[in-house]
Amino acid sequence: MNQAFRSSQGGRIDRTRPLRFRFDGREYTGYAGDTLASALLANGVRVTGRSFKYHRPRGLMAAGFEEANTLVQLESGARTQPNLRATQIELYDGLEARAVNCWPSARHDVFGFFQLLKPLWPAGFYYKTFMAPSWHLYEPAIRHGAGLGVSPKLADPDVYDKRHDQADVIVVGAGPSGLAAAIAAAREGASVLLLDDKPALGGSLQYEPGLVEGLPAADWLRAREDEIRSLPNIRVLGSTTAFGYYDHNHLLANELLPAGGAGPRQRLWKIRGRQIVLATGALERPLVFPNNDRPGVMLAGAALQYLHRHGVLPGRRVAIATNNDSAYAVAFELRKAGVEVVQIADSRSGRPAPLAQAQVLGIPVALSCAPTDTRGRNGLQRVELHDVNVQGQARPGTGRWLDADVLLVSGGWNPTVHLFSQSGGALRFDDQQKAFVPHRLAQPGYLAGAAAGHAERESAVVAARAAGRDAAANRVIREMPAMDSTVQTALWSVNVEAIGRGPSKSWVDFASDSTESDLRLSARENFVSVEHFKRYTTTGMMTDQGKTSNVNAIGILSGVLGKAPGEVGTTRFRPPFNPVTFGAIAGRNVGTYYRPLRQLAAQAAHHAAGAKMEDYGAWLRPAFYPQAGETESATIHREVLSVRGGVGILDYSPLGKILVQGPDAAEFLTRVYVNNVRTLKVGGCRYGLMLGEDGIVKDDGVLTRWSENSYLVGTTSGQADRIVEWMEEWLQCEWVDLDVTVESVTTQWAVVMLAGPKAREVLSRLDSGIDLAAASFPHMSARDGRIGDVPVRVARVSFTGELGYEISVPWQYGLSLWSALLDAGKPLGIIPFGIESLMVMRTEKGFLHVGSDTDGLTLPQDVGFGAIIDKKPEDFIGRRSTMTPDGRRTDRRQLVGLAPVDGASLLPVGGHVVDAAFKAASGHTQGWVTSSFMSPTLGRPVALALVERGRERLGEPVQVFDGGKLLPARIVSMTAYDPEGERLRM
Amino acid sequence: MLKIDCPFCGPRDEAEFRCGGESHIQRPGPHNDVSDAQWADYLYMRQNPQGWHFERWLHAAGCRQWFNLARHTVTHEVRAIYAMTAPKPQVEAAEGRA
Repeated sequence: MNQAFRSSQGGRIDRTRPLRFRFDGREYTGYAGDTLASALLANGVRVTGRSFKYHRPRGLMAAGFEEANTLVQLESGARTQPNLRATQIELYDGLEARAVNCWPSARHDVFGFFQLLKPLWPAGFYYKTFMAPSWHLYEPAIRHGAGLGVSPKLADPDVYDKRHDQADVIVVGAGPSGLAAAIAAAREGASVLLLDDKPALGGSLQYEPGLVEGLPAADWLRAREDEIRSLPNIRVLGSTTAFGYYDHNHLLANELLPAGGAGPRQRLWKIRGRQIVLATGALERPLVFPNNDRPGVMLAGAALQYLHRHGVLPGRRVAIATNNDSAYAVAFELRKAGVEVVQIADSRSGRPAPLAQAQVLGIPVALSCAPTDTRGRNGLQRVELHDVNVQGQARPGTGRWLDADVLLVSGGWNPTVHLFSQSGGALRFDDQQKAFVPHRLAQPGYLAGAAAGHAERESAVVAARAAGRDAAANRVIREMPAMDSTVQTALWSVNVEAIGRGPSKSWVDFASDSTESDLRLSARENFVSVEHFKRYTTTGMMTDQGKTSNVNAIGILSGVLGKAPGEVGTTRFRPPFNPVTFGAIAGRNVGTYYRPLRQLAAQAAHHAAGAKMEDYGAWLRPAFYPQAGETESATIHREVLSVRGGVGILDYSPLGKILVQGPDAAEFLTRVYVNNVRTLKVGGCRYGLMLGEDGIVKDDGVLTRWSENSYLVGTTSGQADRIVEWMEEWLQCEWVDLDVTVESVTTQWAVVMLAGPKAREVLSRLDSGIDLAAASFPHMSARDGRIGDVPVRVARVSFTGELGYEISVPWQYGLSLWSALLDAGKPLGIIPFGIESLMVMRTEKGFLHVGSDTDGLTLPQDVGFGAIIDKKPEDFIGRRSTMTPDGRRTDRRQLVGLAPVDGASLLPVGGHVVDAAFKAASGHTQGWVTSSFMSPTLGRPVALALVERGRERLGEPVQVFDGGKLLPARIVSMTAYDPEGERLRM
Repeated sequence: MLKIDCPFCGPRDEAEFRCGGESHIQRPGPHNDVSDAQWADYLYMRQNPQGWHFERWLHAAGCRQWFNLARHTVTHEVRAIYAMTAPKPQVEAAEGRA
């Protein structure tokens, strides 16, 4: 079969450029300018998909983003994309696609027998059938049989772009009204951005016949294209679908770039418009009648697009069923192209305007007539018609069958109001047009053309031009002006009860496979809200969001519930209007760019030393430095003993550092810290705790006073930015009278922690000019000096429990300092150690680690700061919250040490602490283990825990509950190592 | 996404800002003079109007300055961007769009 349905001429395709493609494993040929859909139609492929639930054969029913039947898996491997509409894929040479939800092909689908089981799958079937013994037993098989395409298993090799932009006027849709509005706005001097989902301008001008302002459509379009080229302030984005309309006129659109091109594959646009003109056109409604889903039943407007856009004939013998005039024009165009139009069935009883022309052309028209059934295996062969009354009820005894390979249907038109509705705009049901039309606007903008409810092209273009001018002048309207419109007749469904049939195969939503009987059943089950109907029947829930089904469903419900369609109301329109691939949303923020990690100044040295790097907050840091064949625990064991017995260095650069300066710095820090700050002398260091205003422990660190009005605040690694922002909030919003500045200097200073009894000896080998003698440079003080030309700051503080120094140099000298200390310490057996070893040492010493040993309920008195607070007269952030009845409770959990009774069992972090009499795994927990390690120094496990009344229970036996087992333990002091602190004062 | 007119940098996307919640909340103190009820009210009780809401925003990815604005919680219309220390402005008197 070689494009047997291609017309001999016409269409905006390039017949000199044939393109080969494969669909469901078979090879076909199309032309440049085809979509996958039009090429399939040209090749006579009738079954292009299988329905979602019942696996019924389906064919192309539309020509644009409303196509509900033909979803394909495009390409394979890493570049595969699931669930694309064949109508939206521009054909290219070598394209390969498969129908989704069927196997091995849409035509021969092994799941085809599902349609015989239809009585088992009514609306809400998962609540009703497949219940015994449990839905979960059936769910996997049902999900396997249903489902759509398959997501790619491999990483996407393509690049996706994002772009931010703005314009005075954004026009969505480049049909006749969009073009008129865009040009009018640009003529007023506005910057205009014109978007269309198609690669070429023109919209309906590309396929709808007739004159525009006295010119043939093609000529009028050419004149507008010339005009746009002459206006430098109009930019045009083709193949770009606006899919989201957000607050403050923020529009999201996705641009498809040519397949196989060198650059990005898609580009996501985030565009802000002073005004947005929506010229998004209208969508045709199908007719609802039994077996209306057979391949060969197609929207009339779609057939016109295939004919004139692609030069494709929908079939040989065409029947048309309609309730409005628009399908007559399609009949006339098909007739002109040599297609036999065997019948127009018009459900209306009056004399429609185009009737005379039909009679002149000799096309038989039956009035008060509608389709009631179809026949044909793998595609339409016969259509049954009945006479209908004004309510659309078939009259008994009037049935007749008609041979036809295509039935074109038109149930009227809906303005494409999705973006308008997303913008917050309100719709109303127009009883003349029998459609939901835009009513009140929520954001600055206009609607133009069919989207505004215009049915006539001439008047639409005039109004669109005015809208373009008003948008350029930034005139804001709140409500759509009233407009005259033709009175339409509704035919929400063809009622076949009088001829003894039911609506169980009258499809409403082709994509979700829901029928009129599903809707009626839900109403019988007492559903009332349209949102509930949607979810229960799944009507409108699929990837097309009910573009062809929602309004028919509302019309049917209006009849069933006895309410006007406007009272039934629409469900909420949500972005995206058209599916968007995840790649476009992610853009360039993938792989290492998803969350870039900060690197240390001495990163190269850590790698060279074989460090095991791990992600700690925003930083990539050495966890430990294993030697060849050394396990993690053996490495940590060695590192801890080497520091405690000698000396080691740790890259401490991520330590948060905030410079707080100004005449009121001391006053400010008094209000920020739990601790007393005023008594800290220049050159002194003090450990401090910060609370949130709710009293919960927020952060801790060492505070250094470098001069009268200058402090360096240390914070937990990775927290500096957050703490700076928090301090600024207090300074700018609450204590505006304080003269203080705060600034994060975390990455200005590289820091190396030097720890161990030999630390002083190592440091003395670097000539810093600082007197290191214990008497002149005691624990908890800081000095500055120079190593050569490089300024150096040394704080004598300790988080290991050993004699320790934190040495800071400007960031760019971080690697030099690291190497210099390693060299200086070599004769003394210095080692580099990592964060994991530091955590073991601080737990041995009982030093608090905020976030491990505290949680969202921990107050300062719980971690031993009660006495410090009592001695401080001033208010500080969170102080009042520590004084509440809850804060004064005597049974609060307090941080203590825990030791296993057997001296060997490691107590699990998170294990609950229960009393010694506790037996079963229910009842009262007294707290939990927060930190726990095997101590290399002490040769036994050490642990910290938050335990109720812990401090007054020292020595008391308890148990730790762990996965059903109870481990006997004893409450002990937090400080397991060097309780007198002698090693800090060496 | 809102468009917020930073008083120091000009109009920018919402993504550059952080909302600090309701503004014009006075911190009571000192601690010994505040009742539990007063403190709870300060700490937790917030307005949740359907209409104009006076809130503070930080231009976090810009000038790092805090400022106040009035935002309509139904339409998201932003009006009356003003300094942290300025009193609540009259917005109801202007053309309402509730």
